[in-house]
Amino acid sequence: MSAPFIIQAEQLTKTVALEAGPLTILHDISFQIKSGESVAIVGASGSGKSTLLGLLAGLDEPSSGSVRVKGEALFVLDEDGRAALRGRCMGFVFQSFQLLPMLTALENVMLPLELAGSNDARSRAQRILDRVGLGSRMQHYPKQLSGGEQQRVAIARAFVTEPALLLADEPTGNLDSATGANVIELLFALNRERGATLLLVTHDTALASRCGRSLRLDAGRLVAGA
Amino acid sequence: MKLALRLLARESRAGELTLMFIALVVAVAAVTTVSFFTDRVRQALTSQANQLLAADMILISDHPIPVSFEAQAMAFGLSSAHTLAFPSMVIQGTRNQLAEVKGVSLGYPLRGELNLSRALFGPVEPARSGPQPGTAWADARLMQALGLKIGEVIELGQARLTLAAVIAKEPDRAGDFFNIAPRLMVHVDDIAATSLIQPGSRVGYRLLIAGEAKALSAYRKWAETRLARGERIEGVSDARPEIRAALERAERYLGLAALVSAILAAVAVALASRQFVLRHLDSCAVLRCLGASQAAIFRLYLIQFVILGLAASAVGSLIGFGGQAGLAEFMRGRIVNDLPTPSLWPLAEGLGVGLLLLLAFGLPPLMRLKSVPTLRVLRRELGVPKQLGLASYALGAATVAGVLMYRAGEIKLGLYVLAGLSGVVLGGLLLGGLLLHVIASLRGRVRGVWFYGLANVGRRRASSLTQIIGFALGLMALLLLTLVRGDLLASWQSSLPPDAPNRFVINIQPDQLPRLEQFFHAQKLESPVLYPMVRGRLVAINERPINAKDYPEERAQRLVEREFNLSWAALVRSDNRITAGHWWRAQEVADQFSVEQGIAETLGIKLNDRLTYEIAGTRVTGRVTSLRKVDWDTMRVNFFVIGSPALLQTQPATYITSFHLPAGREALLNDLVRQFPNFTVIDVAAIMSDVRAIMERVSEAVTFVFLFTLLAGLVVLYAAVMATRDERLYEAAVMRTLGAATRQLANAQWIEFATLGALAGVLAATGASVSAFVLAQQVLHLPFVFNPWVWVVGVVGGAAGITLAGMMATRSVLRTPPLSVLRRINA
Repeated sequence: MSAPFIIQAEQLTKTVALEAGPLTILHDISFQIKSGESVAIVGASGSGKSTLLGLLAGLDEPSSGSVRVKGEALFVLDEDGRAALRGRCMGFVFQSFQLLPMLTALENVMLPLELAGSNDARSRAQRILDRVGLGSRMQHYPKQLSGGEQQRVAIARAFVTEPALLLADEPTGNLDSATGANVIELLFALNRERGATLLLVTHDTALASRCGRSLRLDAGRLVAGA
Repeated sequence: MKLALRLLARESRAGELTLMFIALVVAVAAVTTVSFFTDRVRQALTSQANQLLAADMILISDHPIPVSFEAQAMAFGLSSAHTLAFPSMVIQGTRNQLAEVKGVSLGYPLRGELNLSRALFGPVEPARSGPQPGTAWADARLMQALGLKIGEVIELGQARLTLAAVIAKEPDRAGDFFNIAPRLMVHVDDIAATSLIQPGSRVGYRLLIAGEAKALSAYRKWAETRLARGERIEGVSDARPEIRAALERAERYLGLAALVSAILAAVAVALASRQFVLRHLDSCAVLRCLGASQAAIFRLYLIQFVILGLAASAVGSLIGFGGQAGLAEFMRGRIVNDLPTPSLWPLAEGLGVGLLLLLAFGLPPLMRLKSVPTLRVLRRELGVPKQLGLASYALGAATVAGVLMYRAGEIKLGLYVLAGLSGVVLGGLLLGGLLLHVIASLRGRVRGVWFYGLANVGRRRASSLTQIIGFALGLMALLLLTLVRGDLLASWQSSLPPDAPNRFVINIQPDQLPRLEQFFHAQKLESPVLYPMVRGRLVAINERPINAKDYPEERAQRLVEREFNLSWAALVRSDNRITAGHWWRAQEVADQFSVEQGIAETLGIKLNDRLTYEIAGTRVTGRVTSLRKVDWDTMRVNFFVIGSPALLQTQPATYITSFHLPAGREALLNDLVRQFPNFTVIDVAAIMSDVRAIMERVSEAVTFVFLFTLLAGLVVLYAAVMATRDERLYEAAVMRTLGAATRQLANAQWIEFATLGALAGVLAATGASVSAFVLAQQVLHLPFVFNPWVWVVGVVGGAAGITLAGMMATRSVLRTPPLSVLRRINA
C-alpha cells in the first residue's frame, strides 16, 4: 500500500503558548516523500523549517496531525519508542554538528553503533571515517578539528548505521562556502552510495537545487512542493 | 554496562569528570582525615586522662577483691595491679602522725607516672615501680610532720620499714578529693606483717586494670554482672567530673569539626553535579537522537556515577588515611607520644559518605537529564531543566541531614546544626533574593564595568542564588568553627587561669574565721572566700524513707549511704547555672534546696520534691526549688546540694575555702597548720597541672583539626568557582568578541565575584552568629560573647576569598582567545 513512501505527513499543526497568546508555527501541513528521494525544505528564517524537521524526526510532538515513517505512526509511540525508531532508521546532521566534546572523532562515530549493541562498531566507524577522508584524525577531539572536519565526522556518524532516512538541518550553515561545498558533495555522494532518502533543511538555493524537489515554507504554511 | 564503562573511560580521559572527581576526593578526604584523627586523638585523650586513675579502669571494694577478677583480666589480655589503703598511725621515735597507708603491688601504676626524690625537696625522678618489700616511701607532708630523713626506720603497726624515698607525684592521689592524711606507701606484701588489718578495719581495695579498649569494655561487661555488695567499677568518666567535662567539650568540638567537613563535602558535590548535568544536556539530547531510550541514558549515567563515586571515595579515603598519619606524626609529642592505631572504620565511613553524597546530589539532576527534550539538538535554548534549582537538592539535603545526625553522634547537636543550615538556606533565599533585587535595580544607575559585573550577578538570579547559598554555607561553617573555637579556648583558659585555687583548706571552725582572715592579710594573700559546710545524710524524699536497696545504680547507692557535704548560700554563683525552677530571693524564709542536676537524676529527685536530711541527730526538711548545672572544671569549691540560709544557717557547720598559693611559698602552709592545728590543707596543684596539660593538648588538637577543615573549605570554594567556569568562559568570549578589553573583562569579573562573595559573607556571618549563640547556650554551655568581627571577616573574607579563588579558576578566561572558546562551547 503506502510502502514506497518513507514519510507521510498529514495536517501537521504546531502551536506554542506564549505570554502574548498562542502562536501557530506550522499550519496544516501535508506531504509525502518516496524512498530514495532527495528533498529540500526551504524558506526564510522563522518560516518553521526546523520545527517541521523536528516533528518529522519525532524530536517534538505536533499540536495536531500525524507523521508516518516507513508506514509506522510516529506519535502513537512514546518518546522511547520514537528514540528506538530513530536509532533503527534515521541519521542526523546538524548545523552545530552536535559532536560530544568528550569523545574523540572515532568514539563519536562509534556511539550510535554501540547504543544499538553492535559488535563491530570500531571497524565500521574506522571504515566510514576513512571514507570521509578523516582516517588520520580519528583520535582527535572535536575541539581539535576544524568546522568542516567536525561536520564530516557528523556525516560519518549519521551514515554509519546505514539509515534509510537521513535528516540534515542547515548542514552548511556554520561553514564557509568552499568547505560547505565539499561537505555537500560528500553528503550527496554517500546518499547515492547507500541509497538513502535525504531530507534537508536549508536556505541555500544552490544546495536546494541539487535536490530532487523542494518544499517551500512561508510563515508556517506549505506554499510549494507538496 | 560495557558502554557505560567505555563512556566513563572516554569522559574521564577527556577531563570531563575531573571536577566531580576532585570534589568527591576532597570531600571524602576531609571527612576521613578528621574522622581518623579525632578517633585517634579521642583515644589518646582518654588514655591520658586515665593516668589520673593510674589505670584505664578500677574495681573498688571495701573487702578483699576475689582473685577471679584479676584472673579474668589476665584471660582478657589486660594488665592488672592491686592496691589497698587504710588510715593508720606512723611512728618514728617519740613522734607519731596519722597517715593514709597505701600498699601497692608490682606493676603499679599501670598508667601515669609515679615520681619520687631521694631527699625532701630534692630532684625528681620517675619510679619504675612501687617500694620494694621492707621499704616505705612518704610524701613531703609526712616527712615534715615527723621530721623524717631518708634511711631512717619507721614503725607501721608491728612492722619496721626503712624509708627509701620521698613521693613527689602519685598519679591517682587525686582520685579522692578529700583524702586528708599524708601518704605512706609500702609494698602490698608488707601489709600482713603490720597486723593492722583486722575485721572491721576501714580498708579500700582497688584492682587496677589497663589494656585495649575492646578488651576493657568486654571485661567491664563481664565484671559488672558479677559485682558483689560493696564492689564497683569506675572508668575515668565515672571518677573525675572535672576531666569528664573537659573531655566531653573536646569531643563535641571535634565532632563539630567533622560535621563541618561533611557539610563542605556536600556543598562541593552538589556544585559539581550541577555542572556535570549542565555539561551533559547536549550529550543526552544527542544520545536520544541516536536512538537511546530514557532508561538506557539513566542507566548509563547511574553506572558512571557509582563507579566514579567508588573510585573517588577510595582515593579520598586513602588520602585521608595518609593525611591523618602525617598529622599524627606532626603532633607526636604534643598530644601524647604515640597515638593509638586508628581503627579502619573511618575508611568504610568515607566510602559510604562519598557514594551517598554523590547519589543523593547526582540522582535528581540525572532523573531530569534523561528527560532533556530531544529537540535541543535543533534548538539549544531548550531543555535546561527548570527544576535544576534548589528543589532538586531536596534529596541531597535530606541525605546531608542524615549524615549530619550520624556524624554529630548526638541528636541535639545534630538538630541544632541542621536547624542552622536550614536557616541559612531559607534566610539565603529571602535575604539573597532581596539583595539581588536591590542589585538588579542598582545596575541601571551604574556604568561601564560595574554595569556588566552587576548585570552578571543579577541576570541569572536563580543560579546566582544557588551559588551564594553554596558559598555562604561553606563560609558559615568556617566562621562558626572559628567563633566557637575562640570561645571554647577562651572559656577553658578562663576556667583555669594561672591563679586558679590550688589549695583547699577544710575543717575551719566558725570562731576561727576572723583569725584566718588576719593570717591571710598578714601573709599579703587575698582574703579567701569561705563556704559553710554542713554534713548530713539524705533520709527521705517526699517524707518517704529512702534505702540504698531502692536504687539499682551503684553510684546512687553510695550517695544514699554516705554523708553529703551540704552548704547554704544567699546568692547563686557564676559557675552555677539554674536549669529548672528559680533561686530563692534574699529575704525569703521558706525552707528550700537547690540540687545539682546530675545528682538529681541519679537519685530521682525532681523539682518540688521535699528532701529530708539528718544533720547531727536532727531532721531538716526543705523543698527543691531549683536544679543547677555546675562547671566542675573550674576547680573551685562546689556543692551538690545547697540549702537556703534560713534552712541551714542554724546547723553546726565547719568552713571550707580554696585559695591560690604562689609557687615557692609552700612554707606558709606549715605556719598555717601550726596556728590552726585542726585545719587540713589539701594540695591540688598536681591535679591542676594535669588538668591544665590535658586542656592545653585538647586546644592544640582542636587548632589542628580546625586548620585542616579550613583548608578543605578553601579547596571546596575553589571547586565551587570552577563549577561555573564554563558559563564565565562563554560570557567572556562573547564580550571580547564585542570588543571588551582584557582589563574591562577582569574588572567586570572582579566586581561580580566580590559582590557574590560579599553577599555570601553577609549571609554566612548572620548564620554563624545565630548558630554560635545557640551552640554556646545549648550544647557547649559557655557564655556567648557577641563578636562583631565575624561580620567584618565574613564580608571582607568572603569577597576576598571568592574573588581570589574566582580569578584563579577563571584566569584562563582572560587568556583564551574568544574564537576557540566560542567554537568549543558551540561544538
